[in-house]
Parts: sequence; C-alpha cells; structure tokens
Amino acid sequence: MFSSLFETTFSFNDLMFMLKGAGVTLMLTFWAVLGGTLLGVVFGVVRAVSPWWVNAPLGAVLDVFRSIPLLIQLVVANSFKTIIGIHWSPFTVGCVVLALYMSAYCTEIVRSGFLAVPTTTRRAARSLGLTWRQDLTEIVFPIALRVALPSWIGLTLGVMKDTAMVWWIGVVELLRSSQVIVTRIHEPLFVLTIAGLIYFLMSFPIARLGARLEKRWREND
Amino acid sequence: MSIEIQDVHKAFGSLEVVKGVTMTVEKGEVVSIIGGSGSGKSTLLMCINGLEPINEGRILVDGTDVHGRGTDLNKLRRKIGIVFQQWNAFPHLTVLENVMLAPRKVLGRSKAEAEAIAVDKLARVGLSEKLKVFPSKLSGGQQQRMAIARALAMSPDYMLFDEVTSALDPQLVGEVLDTMRSLSAEGMTMIVVTHEIAFAREVSNRVAFFHKGRIHEIGPPAQVIGAPREPETIDFLKSVL
Repeated sequence: MFSSLFETTFSFNDLMFMLKGAGVTLMLTFWAVLGGTLLGVVFGVVRAVSPWWVNAPLGAVLDVFRSIPLLIQLVVANSFKTIIGIHWSPFTVGCVVLALYMSAYCTEIVRSGFLAVPTTTRRAARSLGLTWRQDLTEIVFPIALRVALPSWIGLTLGVMKDTAMVWWIGVVELLRSSQVIVTRIHEPLFVLTIAGLIYFLMSFPIARLGARLEKRWREND
Repeated sequence: MSIEIQDVHKAFGSLEVVKGVTMTVEKGEVVSIIGGSGSGKSTLLMCINGLEPINEGRILVDGTDVHGRGTDLNKLRRKIGIVFQQWNAFPHLTVLENVMLAPRKVLGRSKAEAEAIAVDKLARVGLSEKLKVFPSKLSGGQQQRMAIARALAMSPDYMLFDEVTSALDPQLVGEVLDTMRSLSAEGMTMIVVTHEIAFAREVSNRVAFFHKGRIHEIGPPAQVIGAPREPETIDFLKSVL
C-alpha cells in the first residue's frame, strides 16, 4: 500500500511535453520582458522629463494597462485582432499584451530610478561640459539602473508567472501542458509539483543574477 | 581675459536674489565673496557658468556672453571649473574614472590620455593612493579634493568655488583649503564663495561683501575684512569671527 504512493503513469514523453511548454513560457517571457523593458525605458524617461500635458495622458493610458486584469486584456486583444482583421498568432498576441502590461509597470520603475538621481549630481556633470545626452548616458542611467534593478527583477519574475494566463487564448505553455497531462493521468499533485519545480528552475537564475549584481554594487556604494 | 559681471539680476519666481551686481574678475586674480546665507553669492556663481539663467544684465567670460543666444554653453563650461558645497561625486565610478570622464567625453581624449591627466590631477590634490577606490570609501575632504581634481582635469581658465568647505567636518577643512591655496599660488583665476574669513583674507586679491543681493563693499582684504566701512559688513564680520 505504501509503495502505491510512488506509483505513477507519468512518462518520459509527458516530461518532454512539459519541457516543451516551458520553452514556450521562456520565449513568451523573453519577448514580453524585452519589449516591456524597452518601452518602459522610453516611457519612463518621457514621464520623468516631460511637461504635464505629455505626462498626464501617457500616465492615464499606462494606468489602463495596470488596472485591468491581464486575463481580460488578453481575451479582449485576441478578439479585437479578429475584428480588425490582423492575422497574428495567439503567441504573438500574448507577447504583445504581456509586453504592454510589463511596460506599464516598468515605466514607473524607470521613472522613479531616474528621479532618484540627485539634481546636484546632474548639475555637476553639466558643469563639466557634458551635454544633456551625455549626462543621461554617463550619469543618470547608470545610477538609476542601480536603484531600479531590484524592482525590475521582481517585475520580470512576476511576468514569467503571468505568462501562464495566455493559455486562455490558446497558447500551450508550461501550465497548459501540465493541465493537459493532469486531465489524462489524473495526478494533479504530482504533475503540478513538477510544473512548479520547472517554474522555480527558470526563475532562480534571474533572481540570483539580480542578487549578485546588487551585492557587487552595494560594495561600491 | 576676464569675467565681467554687468548689472546682473536673478530672481526665482517673485523672489529676487541677485539685485544688480557688477564686478570684473581679471585673469590671475582671486576674488572671495563673503556674506550671509541668502545674500545671492552661490546663485551668482551658478549664473557665471550658465547653470542658472539670469533675468537682466550680462555676464561675459573672455568676451563671450554666457546667456547670449547661440552661445555654446557646453564649450564655454570647459574653461570654467566649478566645485560645489556638496561634492557630488559620481557614485558608480571610481575616483580615477570620476576625473577621466569629462576629458574623455567632452574633450574627446583617448583613454590613455585621459588617464594620464586624471592621475596627474589626483596627485596634485594628494589622492594618488585612491585611484581605484569608489567615492563612497572616501572621507568628505577627500571627496571634495576629488571634485577639485575633476574640475582641474578640464584645464579650466577659471575656477569657481561654492562654499566648498561648508559641509565638511572641521578637521577636514584644512586639507581642502590647502589645495585651494596652492592653486592660487600657481596663478589660477578663482572666485571663492566662502565662510572661511581667515582664508579669504590670506589668499584673495579682493574681497566682496554681499548683502541682500548686492555688493555692499569690495576691495582688498585688508580693507574689507581688516577695516570695513559699511555697518552691515562690520555686523557680518562680528557674527562670523
């Protein structure tokens, strides 16, 4: 009776199927984080330096992405795409929506990092003859990066887990592939534990990398 | 070769802090500006290298109108070094990199050239031992000397000092003043906003006493500090000495 606890019909092929799903999760995360970060940096800098009449509308639009549940955004975007006749795959829709969702949060992280750089430090840079642009690239960005990194790592890990929601528009990623196996072999606890473990293995290096960078910078500060 | 300040007015909103200041600083001269807080001393320095716009008047540096249309401020600032009360180290760069940054990015020097300049200037302020260290590991006095080296690395014709010892612990003031003393001995043209009256008296060719946004009294230190004529100057000196 005891040994039956460890009996399972979970096969090697099932594991491969889940790892394939994990690959999709990684790709979704990659594009979402890449797009979300690039947009977030642009929007964040714009928000930090612009007058209110640029800032207010941009902030309002980004608030929409932050306030509506991701699931609704995905489903609406997927339906909308059909209505206006764009032929994007559900995977592409997922990447785009996740990127916009991430950019809305990333904007605020970038903005607060930017504003954390003391004006006196920037003034010192300008007094040496550095141009506004050089001040940004040589002084503001490196300092802001150190301030923003911990939040950005947290956001990235969050987005990796949020990718699970694209299953609703028909993308088979890690959680969806696990669910397919659960439906067949009826061992939810075992299968979901493996899925959880795979999520952990994907997140852990990112978290470690962040912690290492932080430690290195803290030693200098 | 001079800095000419002509009837400069500067207001922040409705608050006018500089109310018609006129003075000329000749090449090779050291002029100290003393006066109470809020008298417009520091603001005037910011105006001289264009960090603050002015409302009226003109400032000419070697004949170039600092606030004139078409003036390339980034170019003009190469000849005017400024050191602030808060030393404003760039925290993500080592001491050496702090000093190398402007020669590399602004003057377009090669890495090796910029490093040679930086090593030389840091030796000049007595920081040869700290090249690879990050600013956070330095004392306030050392950070301030690094800021001086950073400004000197641009080989400026003029140096402006804005209360550079005010934020330092008393025992660290001496090392920074020594550095400034040796600069003036080398003939650097300097405008020094300071509360160190003894220092002003020792190194300056002229001392200007600022009061409520105006120059109240200006002349050789022996006169302005040694034998002040205006009652405001006398009161101020009494309060700080």
